[in-house]
Amino acid sequence: MIEEVFRTEFGSAVATLVRLFGDIDVAEEAVQDAFVIAMDKWASDGVPPNPGGWIVTTAKRKALDKLRRESTRGQRETRAVVEATVPEDTEPDMDDDSALPDDRLRLIFTCCHPALAPASQVALTLRLLGGLECPEIARAFLVPEETMAKRLVRAKAKIRDAHIPYRVPSDEELPDRLRYVLQVIYLVFNEGYSASSGALQRTDLCDEAIRLARVCSELMPDEPEVFGLLALMLLISARRDARVDANGDLVLLPDQDRSLWSRDRIDEGLALVRALLRRNQPGPYQIQAAINAVHSSAPTAADTDWSQIVALYDQLTVFTPTPVVALNRAAAIAERDGAEAGLAALEPLADALDAYHPFHVARAELLSRVGRVKTAAGAYHRALELVGNDDERLFLERRLRAL
Amino acid sequence: MPQYLLSVWGPEMTAEQQAEYMKSGAFEATGKLNDELVASGNFVFANGLEPLHSATVVRANDSGDVVMTDGPYVETKEYMGGFWVLECADLDEALAIAKRATVACQGPVEVRPFQSEPPVSG
Repeated sequence: MIEEVFRTEFGSAVATLVRLFGDIDVAEEAVQDAFVIAMDKWASDGVPPNPGGWIVTTAKRKALDKLRRESTRGQRETRAVVEATVPEDTEPDMDDDSALPDDRLRLIFTCCHPALAPASQVALTLRLLGGLECPEIARAFLVPEETMAKRLVRAKAKIRDAHIPYRVPSDEELPDRLRYVLQVIYLVFNEGYSASSGALQRTDLCDEAIRLARVCSELMPDEPEVFGLLALMLLISARRDARVDANGDLVLLPDQDRSLWSRDRIDEGLALVRALLRRNQPGPYQIQAAINAVHSSAPTAADTDWSQIVALYDQLTVFTPTPVVALNRAAAIAERDGAEAGLAALEPLADALDAYHPFHVARAELLSRVGRVKTAAGAYHRALELVGNDDERLFLERRLRAL
Repeated sequence: MPQYLLSVWGPEMTAEQQAEYMKSGAFEATGKLNDELVASGNFVFANGLEPLHSATVVRANDSGDVVMTDGPYVETKEYMGGFWVLECADLDEALAIAKRATVACQGPVEVRPFQSEPPVSG
């Protein structure tokens, strides 16, 4: 129970405290302390009716205690903060849940500010909005704990020293700034779904990304791309259990046992995609969600509507004309028109994607389909030189042997 | 209000490149931007710097002697060619001006906050 409250309330409590005290470190520590007290108190007294409000009130009191202690040590600046925030003799009202709906949104946009490096944006978002501890984040991203701790400290120092504002961007700035928020969430998801090295799936990160997208969808109901990203992640993660077989080996989409797909996630994802189609304000996440919806709607791999998928990739190319999108489009063309047509579509991408292992995998698969075994083997070897994930490596070695 | 240093960086230019740059419209565009920054109340100071050959470094060594060396502190291919000191509400305002600045002066602009805010003058 407390774990659940922690997951849902940590981010809002930190966000409210940042607004009240204007300092991320103070907010983070006070909310952490409040949960420690809650763990103890709720075990004996039971969970209060408004756990989020209880946490905010307790954290506020902890932060004030700390600032007063520091101010008696003669720190003029802290004393000024305390006096400006709350009169000396005021005890916070235990029923007061003073969270504003915009608090979390402000914190999201501060954590995902483009003046911070993408890795720092991700780390800050997981720490302050997700409540993940620094060692957990370090493990998830396979960096030493010390590196992650430094990254967080440096990011918070930049927010403070460069005066990165704590506010929701204006309507005019919003589309541009939202891109960064969605990118952070999708990075978290992808790191969880297809880890860049080591084990294949880190489920917690996927769930955290979906939770963050849900929060954003509640806070920004007018932004269709937020729902597009949520739908995309639901549809992809629905295939989680089918993606690895009993031996722990990777299983590709056409070979997956579709009865293992999560019906709940697919239904939710498809409903979102249908609502977005009615809204008719397409964007890259929505189109990717729609592509996945076509896969999710096919009872078997052979039933997949590849014409529809090629058409959606054509649309996606308008928004994101990148070689990677062209690669996926070529793979869809191969399914619709045959392997030779797919290879022809891959050809112009060879230079741009030479260092991208999925290109060589796609090429190898198509070459082996048309019987060009030797060239296919060469492409698998090139992919193996580039791949970082252990499970994918084993998969490619199996494919190479099967030629 | 916080103050920011917006510095412009670029490679040392040959006389030819310098002449080319003078014809590019960058000077006029930067002058126009400065006028706008004065009007909006952000402007504190701005100017371009003479090339690296004009620099002198002065420093006290361990025994307390002060020595002078000809040339810049760091020998690099890229150097600071000029800067603005601006007053901005927050980093977002400074970055928005930096976007206009890099377009006007045609060089990358580094944005850095100053340590403390100046005292409010009467």
